[in-house]
Amino acid sequence: MAVAAISTQDGTPASDPAPHVGLRGVTRVYPGKLAALGPIDLDLVKGEFFSVVGPSGCGKSTLLDVLSGLGRPTAGSVTFEGRPVSGTVPDGVGIVFQEDASFPWLTVHSNIAFGLRRVGIDAAEVERRVDDVLGFMGLRDFANAYPAQLSGGMRQRVCIARTLVMRPRLILLDEPFGALDQQTRLLMGDELLRLWRETNATVLLITHALDEAAMLSDRIGVMSARPGRFLECVPTHWPRERDSRIVSDPAFGHVTARLWSHLRAESLKAIGGTGVGR
Amino acid sequence: MTRQRAVTLTRLAWLLGAIAVLEALCRSGMISPLSLIPPSEMAVALGGMLWSGEMTADMIQTFSTVAIALTLSIVIGLVLGVAVHALPRLSRGLDPLLASYYSIPTFVFYPLFVAIFGLNTIPLIVLGMAFGVPAMMMSTMNGLDRIPRVLLRTAKAHHLGRIRTVALIVLPCAVPYLFTGVKLALAYAFIGIIAGEFILASGGLGHAIAYAYDGFDSRTMYALMLFVLGLVTALNMTLHAWEGRLMRRRIGHD
Repeated sequence: MAVAAISTQDGTPASDPAPHVGLRGVTRVYPGKLAALGPIDLDLVKGEFFSVVGPSGCGKSTLLDVLSGLGRPTAGSVTFEGRPVSGTVPDGVGIVFQEDASFPWLTVHSNIAFGLRRVGIDAAEVERRVDDVLGFMGLRDFANAYPAQLSGGMRQRVCIARTLVMRPRLILLDEPFGALDQQTRLLMGDELLRLWRETNATVLLITHALDEAAMLSDRIGVMSARPGRFLECVPTHWPRERDSRIVSDPAFGHVTARLWSHLRAESLKAIGGTGVGR
Repeated sequence: MTRQRAVTLTRLAWLLGAIAVLEALCRSGMISPLSLIPPSEMAVALGGMLWSGEMTADMIQTFSTVAIALTLSIVIGLVLGVAVHALPRLSRGLDPLLASYYSIPTFVFYPLFVAIFGLNTIPLIVLGMAFGVPAMMMSTMNGLDRIPRVLLRTAKAHHLGRIRTVALIVLPCAVPYLFTGVKLALAYAFIGIIAGEFILASGGLGHAIAYAYDGFDSRTMYALMLFVLGLVTALNMTLHAWEGRLMRRRIGHD
């Protein structure tokens, strides 16, 4: 059975009558009766940083698809700001994918302005917002460069900037740093925390990296092997003002150890292992 | 000097060297003037023909036929490519047929086209399109196959409908492949139309070359051949340079 994501033990306000994001009994079954997900129950509080970890193939990305409206649940319901989500991405939701999703035929500036130009914002306002985000993401010097001229980390930053410029109230990140080296990941994590604080958006991060989840999140949902369900939601109790130096906090080790204690058995199940040496 | 510039200069030096050797062989009598005239004489003859305007009517006829065939090849190939790509079963069924299409000697159908459409420019346009349409179609399908799924998901995340997704994501993403199709369609249009004019036509550069050949008019024949060669090479190099610029934007350095 899925674990309810919000509880007073987790230190989050269970009494909040309307969660920013809510999933109730969500399942996803692919053709051929392949159960990929659920049932999932989850509530996200406005402004919360929530991460999802789980073994490979447990349905983390399927969860993001269903939550964003890119995919439909087989059963159950998803709500964002009290309105149902199904089949289309609601206004106010921004998504950053694991793969490089920058448009190679557009400059960094045009990539970032892409969404704004589609929604009919006037040119002066587009320029102002793009310039703000270029500065915020440290991309101003590369505004006229093409993505191919940038490193993988910079390209991912362009994708994050393109999402941020739309001022989303919910940011969904599907392993956005998966292709980056460890140092870049830590630094990108710092940037992500900074923008989360400044935008006050709710963030849901899908990741396979326990340390990344532990460093960034207010709470971490641990998923079981397929079909993915939440086994536990682990609160970190980190202060809102934090950065990658939190990895040296003794409590950081406790959080990652707690995550791994759940995840090890599930990962063995996922790869069909015997668990020898447990 | 950049590497690219050095390569270009080396290429040019080889070309000029080959022309100089040919000039020397013709001037020394080692190559009979009945077989080949010196390249400098070809250039002089071409200059004279261009200046006098005697080629103008043939040029206009050939270029307009090529332009029509190229435009139709691009439009029909693009539309068919998009339509077939949207139907995966049809696409799988057509794949082997398209792959073996180039082994068909379409020129043998030229008399049939003349019989159907008459002795006018339509059979030449059809001949010019015969390879151009499948080339454009396959390039389009190839380009559409290679659009990263994440870009289509990004389109959905930006609330783009089907038409805007095609216009703003799919086509720009497939441009390098479409460009290859255009390049091939242009080359096939020239080949098909000039060869067609050569076989059975009442005008055009191909007809003028054949007419000069039949009349043992080497100066005119070689001047026209030089013109066609120079023109097609210049067009191809321009497209190649344009394509290079386009690709440099996309394939950078990590």
